[in-house]
Amino acid sequence: MSSRVFNIAFNTFREAVRDRVLYNLVAFALLMTGAAILVGQISIDIERLVVVNLGLTAVSLFGMVIAIFIGIGLVSKEIEKRTLYTVLSRPVRRWEFIVGKFFGLAGTLIVNSVCMAVGVFAALFYVSRHFQSADGWVLVGLYFIILQFLIVTSLTLLFSSFSSPLLSAVFAFSLFVIGSFSEDLRGFASMTRGISKWLATAAAYLVPNFSALNVISSVAHQNSVSGQLIVYNTAYALFYATMALSGAVLIFERRNLK
Amino acid sequence: MRASRLVSLAAGALLALTLTVSVLLLRCIDTVRSGAPLEEVLYVSSPKVLKRMSLGYDGLLADIYWTRAVQYFGGKHHSGVKRYDLLAPLLEITTQLDPHLLVAYEYGANFLAPAPPLGAGMPERAIALQEFGIRNNPDDWHLYYNEGFVYYTELSDYAKAADAFARGARRPHAHPFLAVMAGRMAEHAGDLQMARMMWSTTYDTTRDKSVKANAAAHLRALQVDEDVTVLEQINNRYHQMTGRFAGSFGELASAGLLRGTPLDPLGHAYKLMPDGRVEMAKKFPA
Repeated sequence: MSSRVFNIAFNTFREAVRDRVLYNLVAFALLMTGAAILVGQISIDIERLVVVNLGLTAVSLFGMVIAIFIGIGLVSKEIEKRTLYTVLSRPVRRWEFIVGKFFGLAGTLIVNSVCMAVGVFAALFYVSRHFQSADGWVLVGLYFIILQFLIVTSLTLLFSSFSSPLLSAVFAFSLFVIGSFSEDLRGFASMTRGISKWLATAAAYLVPNFSALNVISSVAHQNSVSGQLIVYNTAYALFYATMALSGAVLIFERRNLK
Repeated sequence: MRASRLVSLAAGALLALTLTVSVLLLRCIDTVRSGAPLEEVLYVSSPKVLKRMSLGYDGLLADIYWTRAVQYFGGKHHSGVKRYDLLAPLLEITTQLDPHLLVAYEYGANFLAPAPPLGAGMPERAIALQEFGIRNNPDDWHLYYNEGFVYYTELSDYAKAADAFARGARRPHAHPFLAVMAGRMAEHAGDLQMARMMWSTTYDTTRDKSVKANAAAHLRALQVDEDVTVLEQINNRYHQMTGRFAGSFGELASAGLLRGTPLDPLGHAYKLMPDGRVEMAKKFPA
């Protein structure tokens, strides 16, 4: 079982790395980090702040684009090219296919994030000429971004298990935007009453909480991140991704592929 | 087929379990991050930059900033903090993004102007906020009332308060009290009746719950001020009659100066002090 999941994951990773769009986005993200150096030079006394903000934002946004645009094609492309039938005719279960696809794309995103992180730290070293202990929090910021990618990847797989690639992209991107404002959504919920309060609160808890996973501004200001938050966020991202993945498996198991 | 059903069942159970755990974890995250987005840092402080960044969706952004302003003040007030440094910029950003969001101006007059812990202690910025509102909503009498209210309650500038009320009274559909307040301001500025009239108007006309609660608290405090003044006068009269201050309200009642034990607006009995002063037995909840 695990070898079948691993094989699908490895092939997904290989396919994604070969994808030209992926290379273009990585190159562009690195270009953004390079631009941080230039912006840093014209931003008096806040060079480090600009580099961390711009660098981590670039990693986050380009990673999101990669996760959404590759994630939406993971299932539909296999159906379109009819390769899915070849895979499923072998002793591979549908849920193994979904889980393998998830790990494949998650692995791609982690490798990409690490490459981009190297760029961010290089830019940071360029403007500061030395590393500080507070730079360690930038790694926590990066870790949280990777946790966001896990959630988005699972969501794109969930949507692509029942919808067209275009609609899946729209759904995933919308959830990303709504999830980024989830704390404001809860704020709105607390200001309403009656049934609308219940509905708004339910919606606020159902959408992924990306705002708790976004500590870019905080780490750019060299603020620490509590260990408790790291543990909770890790658990939250893993459980939420598992939830979306379970949904994807549930739908894909019942889907008529004929 | 049976295996597929088993997988579906397992996936369904896993979905329900992970959803429940996710919600519980989110509540834990909330406790760790309470007030995190409202730390004492405003990363984008320029309303103009924010307006451009909103790509035309400035109304929605104003609503978000308005929610943040309310949560910021409410959260800090609840936790007993006495500094509200971000309240002014949050309200300024809100109103510049949506200059017609009248509730934000009212909130500014009630919570930006008063001295801590009741407010941010920034009456000048509260006045500037009302002036901005008047420039953008010249026909709305509430803004003139808010401005006069801040001049009266926080700056004790009765001439400017009267001027603001008079300007407001000339607006269409203005509350009739505005003209009365403008007229009475010169004669009765600073007396309890005037203050009661102001807070009653705020209480009657506001639709914001926190502003209403604040007005009610001030009305209760005014009632206590009035009661304490009257009771101390009665006790002084008792002192003149007997050569000592009364030890209980019963003694004042026996002397025919009082009908019974007086109660504060929340129904608690007042306390007579040995030096003749009158105090509340229990302070009002914040």
